[in-house]
Amino acid sequence: MTVRALINVPKKAKRGDVIEIKTLISHVMETGFRHSTNGQMIPRDLITSFACTYDGETIFETQFFPAIAANPFVTFYTVATASGTLTFRWIGDNGFEVTQEAKIAVE
Amino acid sequence: MSMMKITRREVLLAGGLAAAGATMPRSAEAVAGQMETAIRNAIGTPTIRKGRVMLDLPPLVENGNTVPMTVSVDSPMTKDNYVKAIHVFNEKNPQPNVISVRLGARSGKATITTRVRLADTQKITAIAEMSDGTFWSDTQEVIVTLAACLEDLQP
Repeated sequence: MTVRALINVPKKAKRGDVIEIKTLISHVMETGFRHSTNGQMIPRDLITSFACTYDGETIFETQFFPAIAANPFVTFYTVATASGTLTFRWIGDNGFEVTQEAKIAVE
Repeated sequence: MSMMKITRREVLLAGGLAAAGATMPRSAEAVAGQMETAIRNAIGTPTIRKGRVMLDLPPLVENGNTVPMTVSVDSPMTKDNYVKAIHVFNEKNPQPNVISVRLGARSGKATITTRVRLADTQKITAIAEMSDGTFWSDTQEVIVTLAACLEDLQP
């Protein structure tokens, strides 16, 4: 299964600017509360957590619950402190784990 | 005034007042039990004040499967005054939690946007935990015409 994760981070920013980061990942986010056509419970399959680190320091951390819609989309903000790498990591049920990186140049 | 002389108008008025009295306390700040338990499990039992949090949800949604939600907290987001966490809870989904977010002084702006699922017409509560230990909240009611979460797969 290929997982598509889209990340939108500005390529360049001024030091001290508050930048907007948008993330979207393809995932069914099966709640575990639904039944299939033959009456069986569809097993839970969720992304349970997502975190973003900026040069190794965690700047944003979230816990997802079944109430998050399929293909979780999250927008958040951070202060552009220095040129570096932002690492995004999603962890979920059934060993789901995706890591992606984005670079930012700060002047 | 004797019982016989009560006019129709008075009866209606009295009934209306009684009905308002009966529903007011519930609609004021009563939340479903599961939501209260979830809030207690997440943050304990601090005093939660109204305000500083802006929970932005559409008042009426056709499809509960993806409902855009924005939570923003009024905070300067400096080293000694920032938002530590934002928790969102629902009243009627099978599970009361929606999302829990940890922020820090580096966030710059205490705003998050995501898409949520709503199983029914219900109230959503967002609670922000500040670095000074205070808690603030906002509640919105959303009317959902097509519910999410519980609907089974169609053949």
